[in-house]
Amino acid sequence: MKSAVVLLPGLNRDRDMIAALTKIGGKPPVTVWQTDTEIPDVDLIVIPGGFSYGDYLRCGAIAARMPVMRAVAEKAAQGVKVMGVCNGFQILLEAGLLPGALMRNASLKFVCREVKLEVANAATAFTSGYQQGQVIRCPVAHHDGNYFADTDTLARIEGNGQVVFRYADGTNPNGSINDIAGIVNDAGNVLGLMPHPENLIEAAHGGSDGRALFESVLGVAA
Amino acid sequence: MTISNTVSITDELIAAHGLKPDEYQRILKLIGREPTYTELGIFSAMWNEHCSYKSSKKWLRTLPTSGPCVIQGPGENAGVVDIGDGQAVVFKMESHNHPSYIEPYQGAATGVGGILRDVFTMGARPVATMNALRFGEPEHAKTRHLVSGVVSGVGGYGNAFGVPTVGGEVQFDARYNDNCLVNAFAAGLADADAIFYSKAEGVGLPVVYLGAKTGRDGVGGATMASAEFDDSIDEKRPTVQVGDPFTEKCLLEACLELMASGAVIAIQDMGAAGLTCSAVEMGAKGDLGIRLDLDKVPVREERMSAYEMMLSESQERMLMVLRPEQEKEAEAIFHKWGLDFAIVGETTDDLRFRVFHQGDEVANLPIKELGDEAPEYDRPWVEPAAPAALERTDVPDMDVAEALVKLLGTPNISSRRWVWEQYDTLIQGNSLQLPGGDAGVIRVEGHATKALAFSSDVNPRYCEADPFEGGKQAVAECWRNLTATGALPLAATDNLNFGNPERPEIMGQLVHAIKGIGEACRALDFPIVSGNVSLYNETNGQGILPTPTIGGVGLIDDWSKMARVRFAAENEEIFLVGGPRELGTHLGQSAYLRDLHGRNEGPAPHVDLAHEKAVGDFVRGLIRSGIATAVHDCSDGGLGVAIAEMAIASGIGATVDLADDCDAVAALFGEDQGRYVVTMSKDSAAALAAANGVNIVRIGTTGGSSLKLGRARAIPVVELKEAHEGWFPTFMG
Repeated sequence: MKSAVVLLPGLNRDRDMIAALTKIGGKPPVTVWQTDTEIPDVDLIVIPGGFSYGDYLRCGAIAARMPVMRAVAEKAAQGVKVMGVCNGFQILLEAGLLPGALMRNASLKFVCREVKLEVANAATAFTSGYQQGQVIRCPVAHHDGNYFADTDTLARIEGNGQVVFRYADGTNPNGSINDIAGIVNDAGNVLGLMPHPENLIEAAHGGSDGRALFESVLGVAA
Repeated sequence: MTISNTVSITDELIAAHGLKPDEYQRILKLIGREPTYTELGIFSAMWNEHCSYKSSKKWLRTLPTSGPCVIQGPGENAGVVDIGDGQAVVFKMESHNHPSYIEPYQGAATGVGGILRDVFTMGARPVATMNALRFGEPEHAKTRHLVSGVVSGVGGYGNAFGVPTVGGEVQFDARYNDNCLVNAFAAGLADADAIFYSKAEGVGLPVVYLGAKTGRDGVGGATMASAEFDDSIDEKRPTVQVGDPFTEKCLLEACLELMASGAVIAIQDMGAAGLTCSAVEMGAKGDLGIRLDLDKVPVREERMSAYEMMLSESQERMLMVLRPEQEKEAEAIFHKWGLDFAIVGETTDDLRFRVFHQGDEVANLPIKELGDEAPEYDRPWVEPAAPAALERTDVPDMDVAEALVKLLGTPNISSRRWVWEQYDTLIQGNSLQLPGGDAGVIRVEGHATKALAFSSDVNPRYCEADPFEGGKQAVAECWRNLTATGALPLAATDNLNFGNPERPEIMGQLVHAIKGIGEACRALDFPIVSGNVSLYNETNGQGILPTPTIGGVGLIDDWSKMARVRFAAENEEIFLVGGPRELGTHLGQSAYLRDLHGRNEGPAPHVDLAHEKAVGDFVRGLIRSGIATAVHDCSDGGLGVAIAEMAIASGIGATVDLADDCDAVAALFGEDQGRYVVTMSKDSAAALAAANGVNIVRIGTTGGSSLKLGRARAIPVVELKEAHEGWFPTFMG
């Protein structure tokens, strides 16, 4: 299965993401640059974490308006799987590919720690490697991960099973509504999540709970 | 309309530039005429303490700076150390004390930015940072404001740049009330045969300006004073620079891409006194002159004078000498990353530093002498007074369980989790040990088993009592922390923070601390490869505690065998390695005495360097052979705190046997040096061979959910944890 990683100035977990895709998928992803208007024929497009354009306007707001994001939107509309992690999630929201918004953490501080995640929907292309309701470990590292959606939107995404990951066991690090950590779009082919599964895939990371997500989406047997 | 560069040179102006009358006479003699205003600024920048090390140079020369693994010692942007397999680690520590006190967020942020630039200027991708922070007493009105601002500034820059923070220190003492310390460390990895230096080579080559635009920010403190003399400076800007980690991240990628292209001959980042220091450095090192045309410098403010451009400390800027045939290629790389690229001058063969602005020559100075002829002082110093001896009977006794719980919840021993959870400790995916252990550890990317360990250490309380022993101890503790992970310590960087060197007693502290550092570095094969000196850290005539921070780097051959602080399992044997028969004896300057009884008394503990080395080598052997299952050094708070931290980190309790006639306070809270707590399985313990000269005492067993110290009450590990984790968040609110 072929994957692509979107590179934008200021993203900084691109190397982590490329390493995870390469180690688990068996081959390195292609990379696309901010000004590219076409994305090669791939099965998965990933927008990694970081601080695109310094996040100087609103997290992800500048990135969402770059030419490459039009190409990402087109691919998403065609059903290609798209995953945004951390800043990537913020960018997908700003680009209108996912509903809701990410606000500053309730603590108003950057937070980097390990949390627990409940797999709230194991029936997606991204989570089929997990059991429904399974609780996994996963690190977070962000300043703006406090997910919010208005009442109607929230009811809709909850009702549709679009909430894929929830902070579990009282470990919500940012005050997000309904403990939401990750959601998919209506069609189920676009995932955004705040935690960093790419930083928990091997013994050196002290665990590999993030691995099944990559195995699911890359179609690799565990 | 032209901008005036003509300002008359008065005694007040000279003094406002921090130049003493005899230093000014030296300038007159050197150039044979009165300097222009811009030249005066250049001299002041090159000859200040920060750039010239004029008070410390004589003593810094005595430090050991070479060794089999040292590729580059002090004198470049950072030190370079061979780690085998064609790779090198590049690192340095630098202070940003005064700016952080004035504006904590930006001061700390630009401190981090500056040290990262030092590292990637040499061709290394930054892989780890640490921060040694020292604040006033918690009760002081400014302390929380400073802690909050400095921590978010460190995080704000490092997190966005994308480098893990793997260690550091945070301490509180009233002596830092009006002068906090922010010492930032960064390390990067590079190919050993692709290190870049500042020495320019070749005449008539383009000098290129790269990165962010030049503004008035950071134009030296001297400028604020000189504004009275120069009406053309219509705005007084704060002297603290503003950091832009986004630009720095782009600058990193652009620089590494450009270096890989082979276009770079010499490179120097613009740090203190930006354009001046970087241009002079590149020329002087290469025995070349430099000619700069300031009309070509990218600026972000209008009507900047030559003086302002030469002294601006705007961040995220680089100066390079490039191969002319690759100019277009270089420009394309920088434009791809949205950065400025401008040819602002050329190298010459006249050994002059010539600066032009609007057609006028505003400076024409001998380039070698600007650096080489800087004043150097052998400042008078006095022997530090030795503190009175401390009798054991002078030290109050206390129930050891109560003492331990209290100590764990004191400002200086409690957990720093509140701080380091605001730093990205995981980015890059190589972090093997996070802050909170003995040393931060990252694996070496691209290598199956190798890892690097980092630690930053100094005990200013010891340094105040005895600068020589304190200097030795700072080095020994850093070496010990690296060793406790199983790393072989390779080399270190020093960040010497002291008061006013013009006072003989402060100079005495500096001299003795450097002597102590040198002695320890020689004994432990731990050379100093880079560093920074920060003097004049004082307010109202009282200096800070002498604080020579040591940042060390060690190499782990196989990280699958490295040791951690946490107990590995229940029912294992606990040993104290390297301790005296009584386990602990030295209570002078201890955390027990200071933090529980409010007394800074007695001599600092003595470090026996031969013993230190023998014990450390033995412990490293236990780790590397897989015998040791957990290791922690004994430092502040002694054996008691060390064991408690091992229990807290694992959630596993322990029973420590103390003889009935044992002096429990001294055994548990004495701060004797060169000691490690080591655990191992019962089988390994039974087979343990004695090491020559290293004292090994079995002191107890792991297991259960409480810590039992001799006959004192069993303390539940959850209670220890609450005490340890509670103080910081409660203090910060």
